[in-house]
Amino acid sequence: MKRRKWNQPQRDFINGLLFASPWIIGFFAFSVYPLVSSLYYSFTKFNAVTSPVWVGLDNFIDIFRDPLVFKSLGNTLFMAFISTPINLFVALLLASIVCVNFKGRGLVRTAFFLPSVIPMVAATMVWIWMFDPTYGYINNVLGWFGINGPSWLMDAKYTKWALVLMGTWNTGTTMLVCMAALQSVPKSYYESAEIDGAGKISRFIYITIPCIAHVLVYQAILNIINAFQYFQQVSIITTANAGVKGGGAAGGPENSILMYPLYIFENAFSYLKMGKASAMAWLLFIVVAVMTVIMTRITKKVTDNAGGE
Amino acid sequence: MKKRINSFLFLALVVVLAIIFISPFLVMVLTSLKTNSDAFTIPVTLFPRRWVTENYPAALAAIPYFKYMGNTAFITVCSICGQMLVTPMVAYSLAKINWKGAGIISGLVMATMMVPITVTMVPMYKIYSRLGLTNSYIPLILPTFFGKAFYIVIARQFFAGIPNSLLEAAKIDGATEFQRFFKIALPLCKPVMTTIGIYAFLDAWSDYLYPLIFITKPEMYTLSLGLKQYMSEYSVDWARLMAAAVVFVLPVILMFAVFQKNFVEGIATSGLKA
Repeated sequence: MKRRKWNQPQRDFINGLLFASPWIIGFFAFSVYPLVSSLYYSFTKFNAVTSPVWVGLDNFIDIFRDPLVFKSLGNTLFMAFISTPINLFVALLLASIVCVNFKGRGLVRTAFFLPSVIPMVAATMVWIWMFDPTYGYINNVLGWFGINGPSWLMDAKYTKWALVLMGTWNTGTTMLVCMAALQSVPKSYYESAEIDGAGKISRFIYITIPCIAHVLVYQAILNIINAFQYFQQVSIITTANAGVKGGGAAGGPENSILMYPLYIFENAFSYLKMGKASAMAWLLFIVVAVMTVIMTRITKKVTDNAGGE
Repeated sequence: MKKRINSFLFLALVVVLAIIFISPFLVMVLTSLKTNSDAFTIPVTLFPRRWVTENYPAALAAIPYFKYMGNTAFITVCSICGQMLVTPMVAYSLAKINWKGAGIISGLVMATMMVPITVTMVPMYKIYSRLGLTNSYIPLILPTFFGKAFYIVIARQFFAGIPNSLLEAAKIDGATEFQRFFKIALPLCKPVMTTIGIYAFLDAWSDYLYPLIFITKPEMYTLSLGLKQYMSEYSVDWARLMAAAVVFVLPVILMFAVFQKNFVEGIATSGLKA
């Protein structure tokens, strides 16, 4: 039998498909299928044992009547829009520092980045201990300066600020990206500005910032998207506090750190309202999808304005 | 003179920031070397009043620590194998084979990075529980054999940097696509494979949500779950908890010490271009 002869584009297509096939299969199995079925589940009621029963819009009505949904949404928005700019500022500051040439720069960069690779459970444990109102280091250090530190994770007014602090410790990844961006700014720009007599600060504002704007915008939106998925830390803190006096239930003191994804998780696996959890998750998915589209649009626009890459 | 003051201020800032960033590690290690009553004595001191190592054997005995470590190591090794096997194939297809789907699939790869895990977790739980696979490591390991977007993006970036002329020369000599992949592209991508191996290690070693959903049997816990459980049950014994945390973190720090360059490069390239 004669082997059928394919032309080059056909052969490329088959090879390309073949090489990419594991990911394509995985895409359908682990992304498309769960996304579609979770949309279907959001119109049904079921728990871990029963099969889904169609209930129409009941879950969505339930969501809009549940004050904890709005509470958790508020907490998540706090993380997205208060924590993100702070993180970005810290990351940019750290990145600017490690871009300067000085002795021990490598060590300092390691110190800034290392927190980002530590397993979250271990990192969160340390922070819970450091936030201890009486025996924790943070309040004791504040005490040196005569500041009477708050109860942090035990006091609903300060829980989220404690999370913000924890977040700034974890900006290593953003810092590295900012660092790479800073280093990609052509040296000649600075030199000509210096000749024109521009000071350090005006050079930073008029040259550095515009040159790395697309990276900053991208990182800002990425951080916001991540904030919408903020789960691990609060899950660990709330279960750790559950055993402690004053810790309270699933969402920390007064549900002040009940994040939206944590509430989805609680609905799905503690209250076994899997239909409601799916509906909540889909609302989250829509928000994240819209933000992603905005992100790609804006980055493209900023990049184009900056002369493109 | 002004320059001197400036550089002094700069150094002071750097030192303060570095100390702040390192301090949680110091707290972790130094608390683990205190007696528990020392940790709960006012005034709080940074260094132990009496240095002890007793927390380490105590912590490792309080929970089946080595069992958990074995479980975690098993999952981690399987995940690394899965990712190392699949990532270069897919990345090669997207970067070096000239076919229509490459652009579309690259876009979809990026898109999946943004799908929240909370959206997919209920259906995945439903499937695995119907197949009787909860309380097994299959749900944690299986996905790693189908490629992860972040790794594929990094590897694709790398492959794109390999000159086409190398592959075309082999093509003229009659090498098939598979031969070109195995004999030319794969040997060249050792550095990026190291990077991906490290990320895969880190992701699997610290994974939290999936074990939390799928593993409920205590003897099957990973270190993340075991440690969290330990913390919620013995939340008064911080010296021991910190000792347990140090042992959990140590492999990661060692890895980081050896492969820091790969960590940094992976993030820097993917974050900028992606």
